[in-house]
Amino acid sequence: MRATVLVRPKPGILDPQGEAVGSALGHLGFEVREARVGKVIDLELEAADAEEARAEVERMCAQLLANPLIESYEVEIVGEPAA
Amino acid sequence: MASPQPRIGVVTYPGSQDDRDALWALAALDAEAVPVWHEEGELPDLDAVVLPGGFSYGDYLRCGAIARFSPATAAVRGFASAGGLVLGICNGFQVLCEAGLLPGALLRNESLRFVCRDVPLTVERAGLPFTSRCTAGQRLVLPVKHGDGRYLPPPDLDPAQVVLRYVDNPNGSVENIAGVCNEAGNVMGLMPHPEHAVDPLLGSDDGALLLASLVDAARDRVLATI
Repeated sequence: MRATVLVRPKPGILDPQGEAVGSALGHLGFEVREARVGKVIDLELEAADAEEARAEVERMCAQLLANPLIESYEVEIVGEPAA
Repeated sequence: MASPQPRIGVVTYPGSQDDRDALWALAALDAEAVPVWHEEGELPDLDAVVLPGGFSYGDYLRCGAIARFSPATAAVRGFASAGGLVLGICNGFQVLCEAGLLPGALLRNESLRFVCRDVPLTVERAGLPFTSRCTAGQRLVLPVKHGDGRYLPPPDLDPAQVVLRYVDNPNGSVENIAGVCNEAGNVMGLMPHPEHAVDPLLGSDDGALLLASLVDAARDRVLATI
């Protein structure tokens, strides 16, 4: 089973990386109102079904992958269980 | 009776850099400085522990996030919850925040630049085991050297937990906070480096005020058990 975790700086948390990216895009002529930079974590794991995988990845997020004070996360289960 | 020499451990993680300076500074301030390897799941007999600066585990994922799971950090957690004195410097501060032993988080500097310079600080809270040799309002000069030092407190941080503030904020920390302690006052973290400032030859010996306070407090604990 494959899963993707999107980790984002929470709204209201100053994101200087995002600001730098936004201003660089501005220099290139793109009109960007706001840019925020997060990270993507791709996982391959053993799980009977998507539901079990999701529960497992949620636990990973809570314990390590995101810091709840500063980051929000979103879990996407992308793989299908083997037939 | 000769005053006893307290034993203060310094944890070395893979990627720690300032462990040797911390060991050297503590020994210079008359403590017995004890190296602790990150794989040690049980601490030797210690009166205080220092988590040093550096880039533990490459600062992967988030600074301090991986070090939080090392056997030595688990032992430090037990030591702290039993009331033991723990000081985290720079990366050590980040580890303590990630481990939940201190409130808040440390984020990328607002400037996105690594800052490396001496900065003036104000002592907000004297009388802690880490600041007993200081007075409230005292000005200290200590070096900072970090890329991820922007402190973000939790919304409910008790102002009494703020120990040090920057006079001239180098990283965008909220409310100029440079160092905080836990509610009980036995765990403290700070981004500046007292261990690099214990000899006037190095530009400042103000760091000795903080570290000697820790040595004093650790010695008091030895005396209390004799």
